[in-house]
Amino acid sequence: MHSAISLSLSSASPITVRSYDGAGSSSSSDLFFRNNSAPSQLRFCGLRREAFSGCKSSSNAVLLKQLRQNMKISASLSGNGTPSKGFDYDLVIIGAGVGGHGAALHAVEKGLKTAIIEGDVVGGTCVNRGCVPSKALLAVSGRMRELQNEHHMKSFGLQVAAAGYDRQGVADHAENLAAKIRNNLTNSLKSLGVDILTGVGTVVGPQKVKYGKVGGSGTVITAKDIIIATGSVPFVPKGVEVDGKTVITSDHALKLETVPEWIVIVGSGYIGLEFSDVYTALGSEVTFVEALDQLMPGFDPEIGKLAQRVLINPRKIDYHTGVFATKITPAKDGKPVTIELIDAKTKEPKDTLEVDAALIATGRAPFTQGLGLENVNVETQRGFIPVDERMRVIDSKGELVPHLYCIGDANGKMMLAHAASAQGISVVEQVSGKDHVLNHLSIPAACFTHPEISMVGLTEPQAREKAEKEGFEIGIAKTSFKANTKALAENEGEGIAKLIYRPDNGEILGVHIFGMHAADLIHEASNAIALGTRIQDIKYAVHAHPTLSEVIDELFKSAKVKNDVSCAVAEPVAV
Amino acid sequence: MSSSLLQPRAPPSLSSSSSISGTKPQWRFTSLPAVTFTRRARNSTVNAKIREIFMPALSSTMTEGKIVSWIKSEGDVLSKGESVVVVESDKADMDVETFYDGILAAIVVPEGESAPVGAPIGLLAETEAEIEEARAKAASSGGSSPPTTAADAPVAAPPPSAPVAAPPTPAAAPVVADGPRKIVLTPYAKKLAKQHKVDISKVVGTGPFGRITPADVEAAAGITPVKSKPPPVTAPAVTAAAAPAKSAPTFAEIPGATVVPFTTMQAAVSKNMIESLSVPTFRVGYPVMTDALDALYAKVKSKGVTMTALLAKAAAMALAQHPVVNASCKDGKSFTYNSSINIAVAVAINGGLITPVLQDADKLDLYLLSEKWKELVEKARSKQLQPHEYNSGTFTLSNLGMFGVDRFDAILPPGQGAIMAVGASKPTPVADKDGYFSVKNQMLVNVTADHRIVYGADLAAFLKTFAKIVQEPDSLTM
Repeated sequence: MHSAISLSLSSASPITVRSYDGAGSSSSSDLFFRNNSAPSQLRFCGLRREAFSGCKSSSNAVLLKQLRQNMKISASLSGNGTPSKGFDYDLVIIGAGVGGHGAALHAVEKGLKTAIIEGDVVGGTCVNRGCVPSKALLAVSGRMRELQNEHHMKSFGLQVAAAGYDRQGVADHAENLAAKIRNNLTNSLKSLGVDILTGVGTVVGPQKVKYGKVGGSGTVITAKDIIIATGSVPFVPKGVEVDGKTVITSDHALKLETVPEWIVIVGSGYIGLEFSDVYTALGSEVTFVEALDQLMPGFDPEIGKLAQRVLINPRKIDYHTGVFATKITPAKDGKPVTIELIDAKTKEPKDTLEVDAALIATGRAPFTQGLGLENVNVETQRGFIPVDERMRVIDSKGELVPHLYCIGDANGKMMLAHAASAQGISVVEQVSGKDHVLNHLSIPAACFTHPEISMVGLTEPQAREKAEKEGFEIGIAKTSFKANTKALAENEGEGIAKLIYRPDNGEILGVHIFGMHAADLIHEASNAIALGTRIQDIKYAVHAHPTLSEVIDELFKSAKVKNDVSCAVAEPVAV
Repeated sequence: MSSSLLQPRAPPSLSSSSSISGTKPQWRFTSLPAVTFTRRARNSTVNAKIREIFMPALSSTMTEGKIVSWIKSEGDVLSKGESVVVVESDKADMDVETFYDGILAAIVVPEGESAPVGAPIGLLAETEAEIEEARAKAASSGGSSPPTTAADAPVAAPPPSAPVAAPPTPAAAPVVADGPRKIVLTPYAKKLAKQHKVDISKVVGTGPFGRITPADVEAAAGITPVKSKPPPVTAPAVTAAAAPAKSAPTFAEIPGATVVPFTTMQAAVSKNMIESLSVPTFRVGYPVMTDALDALYAKVKSKGVTMTALLAKAAAMALAQHPVVNASCKDGKSFTYNSSINIAVAVAINGGLITPVLQDADKLDLYLLSEKWKELVEKARSKQLQPHEYNSGTFTLSNLGMFGVDRFDAILPPGQGAIMAVGASKPTPVADKDGYFSVKNQMLVNVTADHRIVYGADLAAFLKTFAKIVQEPDSLTM
């Protein structure tokens, strides 16, 4: 899904280019980029430079790409640049997931000769075992939910006979989608002339990588710069026996080989939540096991509370919080799956659950074994490769390893596909001679439940902590989907958007959305953060009516920025 | 011309009554010890510890709210500040917090149903002992309000099984705690059991490994396993629509109006006002010449004596001679003659009304009375009045004379025998008994009294005495 976005960027940009070339382009670009001339803010908003200066370069790339497509192979070969003196490649990327793919695409654009080493399948976790197939399942669950909700249908005046599903058909949809996206990724790499090297990549020394079969002799190549982008695997806690049938991880669950009557989901983060949405829509009952005292840790508490009210309480879901699952035994010999729970604090045995299946969704562990990190004197921390803010790898003495970078889940900074891709682009910018620091606070995240949850920047507690430390005030604004025409037309008035900001200067600190299409709505806020756009400016941007985006429009308008008192402030909506 | 004059009043036996006085800051979602306001409160003081949780006003335009979900279940222990219930207003959902510690004894308005702002939606008991009582109260109130609607049947049904219904909540806990092998419920079965108050210890599980499935619970609850529940969804909607229509007439909505919910004090006044309607009252007016009183006032003003003190003293002295006007009718069957004459004086304070009491006004001299009055007014301003300082009045004095009002009509506060409304004193041409006209300062006083105990002649005699005291005020300073 996320990789699809990065792909579509290049195909969409001709439109952008045209509009900028057009005579009337100045007014709109002025509005949005007015603040960008302030050089003092460049450092904070790393992505902004990208967005600001990117217009022209990307247009060139697109033109090149179109040329190349016309001229076929000969053109595509010349697309991947010639390497610097003495190296096989300018850039070698270990791992062809979304992060590696994003970096490779950008590297070619920058004229670097690039190779990508893939040990498994192109696309990595996201495309094959993560975001992409799960979106296919969630698309099904969303429709099932709607069709099963008689009340919802009736309120539309629709009459629908009992909705049913064919498990294999659903599973096929997920598999087909993954295959399609995988092909897209592979083709995009090939068409740009990126060398895809198959095998396990190992760092054998500074600027030296070996690839080939495990245990085999392999081929050593040299590269001016190396990016490690090996990603992660599902984290399975001690005491959990995964058999792939009744005790499973997301890898298995996405194949949807069974729909158990009752499944325990260990962990109530993004992954657990999304699967609970899928399973309950397909008729399963779900029990959450969460180690922390509250479900959905990591979300803004207010959003979490509302989400629990909508996504958990009315569904066939119950939960145990503040407990660890110490031992999970798969079903065998006619016995159910057993899950032993202990109190997270006192460590005393609390309960034993007997269910049909258990999904382990306790997070993901970095996949960094066999990378040969010892050859460059790097020690992982809990498996993660330590990096600085520019993704430069730090060795065991705390010093930077020259020409070695690590992006994505393997560095643990922000375990999201699109974050990996953004980090990759940031690294390519640096190795091609432009300093670049990625602002992670501008990276949005989304959970594709029904309705969706999305967020960017700080949560309210984080913002309050920061405000206290740095001595500024924060303001909170909220708008409800209940007041949005489009949401009501869709009978989906459930949801809120929340803005955390600085009333003194109008800086956006965080935006959290829970409601229909929240994942799509968040980008207005994340772009604003990335570009450093202030509330007092963005609130004059016009939104089409009636659209869900007006929820965000209203959100910005209801914020009260102090130095902006003379401007007409829309009345805050009582929530 | 009528003024709503009433003292917020609460039985002095209650420690919680201070919250009625308005001395505490106003909370947005407050739960009032509402039972203390009911007429029955006097009879059963046990009720006092049961508080009602009201439907809060979440926005200025909200007139009724829908219960989205009860975060707490009946029997849950609540502590101050905890979220109890989620209410949907016209704009958004809000968590409503409790401002008292206690136990959620009964849910009066179940999930999915609506209630008008201010209506009780749940009952909060202070101790476990009161839970049963609160439930009985909830059941009786629930049963009595809309008995005609068909949807009410399921609501009315629980009472017979109420003793059975009580255990499930406690019973559910041990199941999870110590007997997982004996009883296993699926998540949805658990929800259904709670919803239909099914005692799961009596349900035989037919699911895999003997677990109790949703179908088992539905069978035990006597529900035909309909896969969704549109009927229960629509039925409460009917009740919800019907109930408010009965309890409160709908008024035409005027666009742009703002709705400001009552403060605690205003709510107390409102309750007292409604209560006053059950007392048969009548009014008697009397003109009083005040030239002598004005002269006296001019003399003693420098010593800190106020007109209020003068009038209170005069009324107290008159009451001493007419004890029946100082009496009250508490049960509709008898006179209660009060041993002391306590003059409550209505005081308008910001956004409210309170009646500080000058106790033993007949016994204290004018100067002491004036001092006492100053002290009371100061306390009223800073919201420091103690319950006995505003709810112990036996007779009320209300004076709108300073605003130029020549006469008005006061409402008798429940629990008292009479209230005196004093108008402005102004030069009036008066004919004396010889037919000579002269201009005298005259004020009109109008007394409202409870006709069950105070009759016309009693009031007339009292007024005559009062007028005499005012017109020959030397006795006031003695």
